[in-house]
Amino acid sequence: MIKLPPLPAWARLPRQPLLRHLLFAVVGGVFFYLLTQSLSDFNDFEIGELAVYAIAIAGLSLLTGVNGQISLGQGAFVAVGAYTLAELQVHQPMNLVLELLAATAMTAVVGLVIAVPATRLHGPYLAGMTLLFALALPFLSDKYSNFFGGDQGLTVPPPSAPGSIDPQKWLTWIQLFCALVVMVLLANLLSSRFGRSFRAVRDDEVAASLAGVHVARTKVIAFVVSSACAGLAGGLLALSSGVVNTGEFPLSLSIFILAGMVLGGSGTIFGAWWGAVVVVYLPSQWSQSLASTFHFNHLLSANFAVIAFGAILVVVMLVAPSGIQGGFRWLGQHLVTLSTRPEPTGNISVALQHTTEPDQTGDSSAAEQLPSSGGR
Amino acid sequence: MDNQAPGALAVEGVSVEFGGLLALDAVSLDCRVGEVVGVIGPNGAGKTTLFNVICGFVRPTSGRLAVNGSTLRRHRPHDLARLRVARTLQGVGLVQGLTIVENVMLGAQALLRADFVSALFGAWRSSREEARFRSRARALLDQLEIGEFADRYPATLPYGVQKRAALARALIAEPTLLLLDEPASGLSAEDMTELGTFLRSLRDRMGIVLVEHHMDLVMSTCDRLVVLNFGRVIATGTPEEISANPEVTEAYLGEDVREVTRGKDRTSGA
Repeated sequence: MIKLPPLPAWARLPRQPLLRHLLFAVVGGVFFYLLTQSLSDFNDFEIGELAVYAIAIAGLSLLTGVNGQISLGQGAFVAVGAYTLAELQVHQPMNLVLELLAATAMTAVVGLVIAVPATRLHGPYLAGMTLLFALALPFLSDKYSNFFGGDQGLTVPPPSAPGSIDPQKWLTWIQLFCALVVMVLLANLLSSRFGRSFRAVRDDEVAASLAGVHVARTKVIAFVVSSACAGLAGGLLALSSGVVNTGEFPLSLSIFILAGMVLGGSGTIFGAWWGAVVVVYLPSQWSQSLASTFHFNHLLSANFAVIAFGAILVVVMLVAPSGIQGGFRWLGQHLVTLSTRPEPTGNISVALQHTTEPDQTGDSSAAEQLPSSGGR
Repeated sequence: MDNQAPGALAVEGVSVEFGGLLALDAVSLDCRVGEVVGVIGPNGAGKTTLFNVICGFVRPTSGRLAVNGSTLRRHRPHDLARLRVARTLQGVGLVQGLTIVENVMLGAQALLRADFVSALFGAWRSSREEARFRSRARALLDQLEIGEFADRYPATLPYGVQKRAALARALIAEPTLLLLDEPASGLSAEDMTELGTFLRSLRDRMGIVLVEHHMDLVMSTCDRLVVLNFGRVIATGTPEEISANPEVTEAYLGEDVREVTRGKDRTSGA
């Protein structure tokens, strides 16, 4: 890699992972606070949705991008979280923090029950099983419509804001706060020994197990963490939509979350936010404004979001296979290369240096070992 | 301290049957701390199957297996690290999505104690442990003269560097038994000589079992050889005894035996 001139001590990120992640979260928090203050209620609502989707996508990103397990059922876990919160509000109202924790915990438990058999499956088989879960869940709520409220669903009153704070802003802040906390926790986890075993299991189960990683347990942990994220996202989604019914969680929700993860950059925390931006804004705003700008007919404009989604997916996968975040990273590295190596032959000399490095070390160390063997 | 009688590895009469085919037939082998034992034999003789039995990937049909004095019955591969056994894989076996230093840290996974909650909250308990093992991994990479590649990904590096990193990953947990599956394949002659010297230097801390095709390395590094053919042990002994054994010569070394001894003279005497 290119050696950058060292930054002064104050400009460097803290080496302690927790401090580094908290720093990012504080910067993000300030950014979103200023953003919500300057926007209208409806825009605040969308920022809240953005935070919720970012949580669900980040969870899936850990499962699929980092641990290599493909799930098509993330939307179903979102539903579990939403229903848990709604049922609690109907039957046993309590502190909102406890309700959200309960929604998270309940979904984690459901995730555990699914994970124990599911993590024995690989690739498409796992995807199939999680898809089945996503398809089966709505039937459960139809079958026990007395408890789950059937098509009508359950109503969830918005949380009451303290003092004179606008209720919509308050809810958005709650959602953003939860999202930032989740991101810090996930980033901690990924920089710990657990993150390392997630990646090792994804890339090479044999090598991981020989290194002492319990492969099955690692997969279950990733699955449970991922579903816990979905559960929290579900609880927060219930708060902002005000009603929880089966129509809120179609199969396309799982697909959108998966597509958002791939587009944003699977396996990265920042990628989850980019993915959420695409998932939240593409169907509602961008596609509508585009459709009205170009005077599409009714049929086309109704389906334009899906078409645009597909088109963007294709373009991003062609231009930046590792998603938007991967694209940014690539761009950043190349800008650094260009700025530190002004002469046009810079890249070539770097490449040559790379190929000769190992030979040089090999030669010099061999010379120490075998002084008389000569060059071979 | 680890020099107790049972030895680092004891394999007694282990047989493995794959659907009627006898892959291993009553194979016995032992390796003490302080010894390098070479397992040689033609392709398909059962060398890798033997390693797979020791590692718990394959269950023996009969026989007994003991590592560091404790008998293994239904062990799984991830138990080995705790039993202080490390194995390198044929080829490289590095995790492509981890940097070299992270790959080495992965080898210490069984020693790490940070629990899930402290990892989730980035507690001091977890991050301090990470930092400690990271510096230990870097030191090991420096010792193997590949410290400069610590933050690179395996795919971008030459084969020899990757092989050394795989060795570092096996060594970071300070095993008392090291199983090496063709550590020299694909290495240059210089790298191979260095590998031999390095393995000899590890001997006083662990027992080493080496499966290898390069007779130069085997003859110059091993204290004892076990020759497998069609799943059976056909000879054991010092390298000198083995290369003088007519049965081995016929089964494995064939006509190349003169070639091999000359090759050995060339590397050691040059």
